[in-house]
Amino acid sequence: MSKGTMLLLGAKSDIGRAVAHRFAAAGYDIQLAARDSDTLEATKTDLALRHNIAVTTHDFDVLQTDTHAGFVDALPALPDIVVCAIGLMGDQIANEQDFEAATRVMRSTYEGPAHILGLLANRFDARGAGQIVGISSVAGNRGRAKNYVYGSAKAGFTAYLSGLRNRMAKRGIHVLTVLPGFVNTQMTAGMDLPEKLTAEPEEVANAIFNGLRKGRNIIYVRSIWFVIMTIIGSIPERIFKKMNI
Amino acid sequence: MTDLSGWGGFPSHPATLANPVTQADLARAIADGAVIARGNGRAYGDSAIGLRKTVQMHGLNHMISFDRQSGFLVAEAGVLLRDVITAFLPHGWFPPVTPGTKFVTLGGMIAADVHGKNHHKDGSFRNFVDWLDVMDASGVVHHCNRTQNAQLFEWTIGGMGLTGVILRAGIRLRPVPSAWIRQTSQALPNLDAVITAFEGADAATYSVAWIDCVSRGASLGRSILMLGEHATPDELSDDAARYPFEIPDKTKRTVPFSMPFSLLNSLSVRAFNGLYYWNGRRNAGISFVDYDTYFYPLDAILGWNKIYGRRGFMQFQCVLPLETARDGLRALLKTTSLAGAGSFLAVLKRFGPQDSAFSFPMLGYTLALDFPATPGMIALMRKLDQITLDHQGRFYLAKDSRMAPDTLHASDPRAAQFKQMRQEFGATDAFQSKQSERLFL
Repeated sequence: MSKGTMLLLGAKSDIGRAVAHRFAAAGYDIQLAARDSDTLEATKTDLALRHNIAVTTHDFDVLQTDTHAGFVDALPALPDIVVCAIGLMGDQIANEQDFEAATRVMRSTYEGPAHILGLLANRFDARGAGQIVGISSVAGNRGRAKNYVYGSAKAGFTAYLSGLRNRMAKRGIHVLTVLPGFVNTQMTAGMDLPEKLTAEPEEVANAIFNGLRKGRNIIYVRSIWFVIMTIIGSIPERIFKKMNI
Repeated sequence: MTDLSGWGGFPSHPATLANPVTQADLARAIADGAVIARGNGRAYGDSAIGLRKTVQMHGLNHMISFDRQSGFLVAEAGVLLRDVITAFLPHGWFPPVTPGTKFVTLGGMIAADVHGKNHHKDGSFRNFVDWLDVMDASGVVHHCNRTQNAQLFEWTIGGMGLTGVILRAGIRLRPVPSAWIRQTSQALPNLDAVITAFEGADAATYSVAWIDCVSRGASLGRSILMLGEHATPDELSDDAARYPFEIPDKTKRTVPFSMPFSLLNSLSVRAFNGLYYWNGRRNAGISFVDYDTYFYPLDAILGWNKIYGRRGFMQFQCVLPLETARDGLRALLKTTSLAGAGSFLAVLKRFGPQDSAFSFPMLGYTLALDFPATPGMIALMRKLDQITLDHQGRFYLAKDSRMAPDTLHASDPRAAQFKQMRQEFGATDAFQSKQSERLFL
């Protein structure tokens, strides 16, 4: 028996796939959304076979904001939960030199996700129920030379989620902000990440599932990241600007 | 580069890893040769450590189709056996053959052609594999079965990943009436008694014996023999019968035996073996056990392989033909107990007939022992190798971590043929593990 429906935006990402499996294992029907949704067929079949739930796939392009309302209207049912796992890191050097590359990162990471979640929030509000999960990043906590284009977009997204939570709290709609820290995914493949600080996608998915159950507002998947970001956040700017972290 | 080892933690080698999530990724990962596919790393030794690169298969783990009427499953090689059970046991389907852990991948099960407690009746996993898709060195995928590309099919099953990369497979699950096993256990005072009991138990679906390999003299080989049948709902308690495919929550279940020792030494192993035997004798008779406790007792103790500490441990598993089994087993157990080496877990199992290209099982008896990875134990295992050779036995590659190439080739004339077939498949340079290099395969 279905526990409800979860809409996953960004179904091709490793974290997205893990999130889909976690909710499907708990009995949720799943709506998978991504660009070129025909490539989601294998994931769809796999989810349905493993968890004996209903899965649908949907074309969704976060950059085509004018199509977002139509996308929501075309869903077989307004979901109970939406999880947004969309973001684009890009290459920092390219982002510094190429205006279009930077714009793409900003729009994919902030504008598009904010737009679709805002739209769904309004629909949830009209219905009077719903849960919203935005996967942001610790990169948004403080801008660093190494990835500030991506980081600034995540900062915007984090602030957006915070505001949305503030607005919706009085309306019975919950917003969860997820700040995963390093995660072992295709996005980070080839990077030399410290093992103790790096979560597996399944760990992120579990943290999201449990965080929603407990009604948490902001979660760091590994709590060490809260400590790290508190320290990084407290370094005075005159020192921070000379650092190389 | 990270240090990589098998389940035994010995040996350990620096390894470069690839984590493909698509077929195209996989083709790229194997393009430069000298690679081996790795499932969930449950082979004990160096079977799944690539010579140049190790290709981890857990990203290729989609279930593709399942027929609830016939129990026919199509899935990618990286799918875990645990997930097969979780998905299909609620519908009344169970793996037709299962090794002692559910944390293995389908690809790994096929590559090692695993056997279970029902080998004497149903044979190895091979008997339930209908077809395979195997990627060759150039990235081309070959569909193979018993009639089409039959050679590739036959040599890939039990081929330890050395004929190509198993991508996906079509396998047949078995229908079961519940998630429970009716277990009948019996304490047997010595090796002769346990063999006689095995020979009288060929009608049982499952049979396995735990051997006290510390006892000597008249008690040499005393054992607890455990037979099992899938239980029907009417045999179960009311609660279990109402939901025959559900088992109690793991957290509520008692661990099958507790770990009373912080250190494994000859004293604690001796004490454990004695306790286990007397406990088994006291609890002899019929009991109902859920599948997880029956088939996978060690899975409940996460990381049990760490009990030997950092040095790791080694497994010795051989099979002896029926004619020589009694003498051979006696010699193996005597040598082990005289060395005061007493293995923590010693398992004896009767095999039925087996017809396959390079798989481990054959009609006879298989004995599995484990030892800490120390020079003294390596010397002891060499003696056990010789006894096995003297009795026309052979060795399980999925357990091996230290055998000499001469031993393998002397025990198994099929090894030379396997090497030849690898040549024909163009797999000799492309697919190489630390084990295949060590054993001249």
